[in-house]
Amino acid sequence: MSDAPFTIRGTTGDWEIVVGLEVHAQVTAKSKLFSGAATAFGAAPNTQVSLVDAAMPGMLPVLNGECVRQAVRTGLALDAEIHRISRFDRKNYFYADLPQGYQISQLYHPIVGEGHLDIEPEGEAPKRVGIERLHLEQDAGKSVHDAHPAMTFVDLNRSGCALMEIVSKPDIRSPAQAGAYVRALRSLLRYVGSCDGNMEEGSMRADVNVSVRRPGAAFGTRTETKNVNSVRFVMAAVEAEARRQVDVLEAGGTIVQETRLFDPDRMTTRPMRSKAAAHDYRYFPDPDLLPVELSETFVADCAASLPELPVAKRSRYVEALGLTPYDAAVLTAERETADWFEALLADLVRRTGKPATELAKPASNWVTGELFAVLKRTGGGIEASPVSPEGAAELLALVADRTLSGSLAKQVFEAMVETGDSAAAIVDARGLRQVSDTGAIDAAIAGILAANTDKIAEYRGGKDKLFGFFVGQTMRAMAGKADPAVVNDRLKTALAG
Amino acid sequence: MEWRDANRMTALTDLTLAAMRDGLRARSFSAAELAQAHIAAVEAARPLNAFIVETPDHALKAAAAADAALARGEAGPLAGVPLGIKDLFATEGVQTTAGSKILEGFVPPYESTVTAKLFAAGAGMLGKLNMDQFAMGSSNETSAFGEVVSPWRARQPDGALSNRVLVPGGSSGGSSAAVAARLCAGATGTDTGGSIRQPAAFTGIAGIKPTYGRCSRWGVVAFASSLDQAGPMTRDVRDCAILLQAMSGFDPKDATSLDAPVPDWEAALTGDLRGVRVGVPREYRLDGIDPEIAAMWDAGLAWVKDAGATVVDVSLPHTKYALPAYYIVAPAEASSNLARYDGVRYGLRVNEGGSLDAMYEATRAAGFGPEVKRRIMIGTYVLSAGFYDAYYRQAQKVRTLIARDFARAWESCDVLLTPTAPSAAFSPGDKADPLAMYLNDVFTVPSSLAGLPAMSVPAALTATGLPLGLQVIGRPLDEAGVLNAGFALERAAGFAARPERWW
Amino acid sequence: MAVDLATVTRIAKLARLRLAPGEAEPLVAELNGILRWIEQLGEVDTAGVEPMAAVIPNHLRWRPDAVTDGGVAAAVLANAPASEAGFFAVPKVIE
Repeated sequence: MSDAPFTIRGTTGDWEIVVGLEVHAQVTAKSKLFSGAATAFGAAPNTQVSLVDAAMPGMLPVLNGECVRQAVRTGLALDAEIHRISRFDRKNYFYADLPQGYQISQLYHPIVGEGHLDIEPEGEAPKRVGIERLHLEQDAGKSVHDAHPAMTFVDLNRSGCALMEIVSKPDIRSPAQAGAYVRALRSLLRYVGSCDGNMEEGSMRADVNVSVRRPGAAFGTRTETKNVNSVRFVMAAVEAEARRQVDVLEAGGTIVQETRLFDPDRMTTRPMRSKAAAHDYRYFPDPDLLPVELSETFVADCAASLPELPVAKRSRYVEALGLTPYDAAVLTAERETADWFEALLADLVRRTGKPATELAKPASNWVTGELFAVLKRTGGGIEASPVSPEGAAELLALVADRTLSGSLAKQVFEAMVETGDSAAAIVDARGLRQVSDTGAIDAAIAGILAANTDKIAEYRGGKDKLFGFFVGQTMRAMAGKADPAVVNDRLKTALAG
Repeated sequence: MEWRDANRMTALTDLTLAAMRDGLRARSFSAAELAQAHIAAVEAARPLNAFIVETPDHALKAAAAADAALARGEAGPLAGVPLGIKDLFATEGVQTTAGSKILEGFVPPYESTVTAKLFAAGAGMLGKLNMDQFAMGSSNETSAFGEVVSPWRARQPDGALSNRVLVPGGSSGGSSAAVAARLCAGATGTDTGGSIRQPAAFTGIAGIKPTYGRCSRWGVVAFASSLDQAGPMTRDVRDCAILLQAMSGFDPKDATSLDAPVPDWEAALTGDLRGVRVGVPREYRLDGIDPEIAAMWDAGLAWVKDAGATVVDVSLPHTKYALPAYYIVAPAEASSNLARYDGVRYGLRVNEGGSLDAMYEATRAAGFGPEVKRRIMIGTYVLSAGFYDAYYRQAQKVRTLIARDFARAWESCDVLLTPTAPSAAFSPGDKADPLAMYLNDVFTVPSSLAGLPAMSVPAALTATGLPLGLQVIGRPLDEAGVLNAGFALERAAGFAARPERWW
Repeated sequence: MAVDLATVTRIAKLARLRLAPGEAEPLVAELNGILRWIEQLGEVDTAGVEPMAAVIPNHLRWRPDAVTDGGVAAAVLANAPASEAGFFAVPKVIE
């Protein structure tokens, strides 16, 4: 991990990059921000469009309270100021997929003010990134440019879906930080439940503001690269755009403040032709809507409804459960993983009667080791895990009460994945129960010793390493089912003669 | 027989809404007869150009339903009443243009809340009434479907009717002309800066703009959202009360709708003004006020005193800034509200094979008339980068001051009495300078900016026989007080003049 | 703040209004006349005055999050000057 600032090495020296991100996150809601049309992804064109969304003459917006609630919850999760009074403004511009000729947004009085987000960029020190604001706004429709040689097709299904625009301060200084910011924000939104974070479906996308400067100099002119829709592309867009700007500046050129597009095939940015005209959005308060007023009770209820957030959860895992910071980070990165782990742990505590502090470590090891290996192989997230947390708890409980050894547990887990049967059923059906019965183990040991009198002599002559040989032979004779601790104990006694 | 039929038809078109209601319930005539009489009057009055679309089938269908309901004894409050509907109200299945080419052929798949309420109450629709394009105008000259001609004609010194055409006022000029000409007893209007009251005054009828938020704006083509209010236009104050009651009410589909009970306004009409303090805003006494207007105003003050009111002098110090503030706020909101007319989803599209932007520009250039373009230009300019604070924000602050002026006035009075317009009806082309036209709204705009209920009542005739109106302005939600003051004025004025039929 | 021909042209462009030849010049004078008149608002001392937010005191109501609308593609498209395969169709846009 390096504390040295990230720089781009140019031909004339080093350049620092300055990045601010505007993330658009679609609010998890059944209906749109100002209409009762559905928000579900993938419907046939213009089927999730109300007359309001199509901006028919005389249609009026009515605010969806759930979108307000989710914005406030998200603001609270970002430790941000919640504005008790906010307003909707109209942002005026013409575009085929903007039916009203304006987007209802919040410029002058956003619902959420300043906050922050802690990030852990790969290979860099952890960092706190300032949040400038969060506001609610309408999504635009979708233009399809390549379906017809002379026409652009417009689908308004997305038109009017609620977005939270979350604007960072220009605190980001490297592609890794930009990536970590988007990852952390996505994780937080998913914890809060205010956005599903599905970047493939466009539920989350980022506008990337990039400028470069000599280390310590004033901010340079920035460009905005629109609608970047994956963590990898955000990092690539930052890198490519910063590199481009350095090249322009070093060639004696100047940076034009402009809107650009990211080309994922070439991993470069290019100017956006259609929006080249100078913008003048003529914002003014939407006269169809009144100010949004939030009561203290409402804000308190929003706060009370928040789940334990990743940062708090991580420190609890370390401090209360005794997990390593690394394991805690892995387990809390996604809410689903943490929920799964906690369900497993709770059930395990219930089954064994042992304290969570004792069970957390083996449970964590099993999740990050055995389970993740299987998930990697089967190619799915934890929500698609072939075993349930309760099924896993049953398995780990069998280890805890020494019914299964570690290696037997692995076999049983494989069988669980393969068959879908429960751990107990597999243990019973396949007779994989660990043998701790000293009679059977002593009988096996007697047989091994009788067949290896020469080795006994060598061992007794001081060749201690041979102990492992006797353990191995005994375990083999027991078909792997013997309790290794009992085998050790009985062998020592037997060899001591 | 024929002569008697024609007479009976005329008698039916002379009835007020209240008389229609009573006559229908008494089975003196049928709703079908009533509808037919009005349909005939509409057809005979085409030279007035009051209607953009006539919908006799709608009126007849409603009449048939009303006759059936009346027979069952379960008719709604407006059962069988044929109305005119301003073309700003979206009507399901019937072309709605807002008086503009850009919406020509637009057939809404939805019904505005106000018209839905009227139809649910049993009313029928005779047609869509002509209007100033997007309600921008005070004379009806900006309609894309030809100007409405007032049924009124001035009288020459020799007593003969002049041939000079007069405007019916605007923007609800089709409504005012139709009601004055006995084509319908009631019509819907909308008022943004005086568009109900000024045409009512110009044509000798009554009209009320209720408190902002009383009538739902849902389905009414928007001009300036923070000012637009629907209201009724009828021949007398009682009919205003009846029609307003049917049009009003909370609508969850309009975020600015008021969640307040709708009183029985008709029951509030006593004409008794004892204990009522009538305010006279001194700033409305403009220098060079037309002597006939001043005389009417004085008469109005005498009438309210006769009805028991006391008259008090009040001050509304920011009055002179109302028009400039209005001509920032209204065009700014309009420039944004009219952005949706882009040729993509409905209405006119002019596509010359160029880019999307070229299509927008050609469509909007061809679809909007000069006054609409002028206001879009002003609105776009005042909102553009660097000017927002100096124009729009300042205007909204001045609006706060204007509303405060009224609030202060209500400490010493209950209603305000003023002229409705600074002049009687003028002729098309008389006010070619847009500013001269804007100044016609000088008395109506301040109460619009403050969202207050205000009505115009016919009060007098000029020497040349043209009607003049008095305006009553009331406290927020006090339509009852406004209507009752209007009722007292109406009784005292005894205004019985009607346009002599020349069409 | 007097507007000139360039400003009128820029504003017309912003508003997507194509001005016919000879249409812009008279607009310059007209707009200047109107703007001069509305600029008297500058005289008003509005220090400490809040811009009007609600014409009549009222509170913004929120609707519950429920799907109550949509599924009316035919109505949505019924008035479209051009549509194809359920989409609105416009002159091709190059991004």
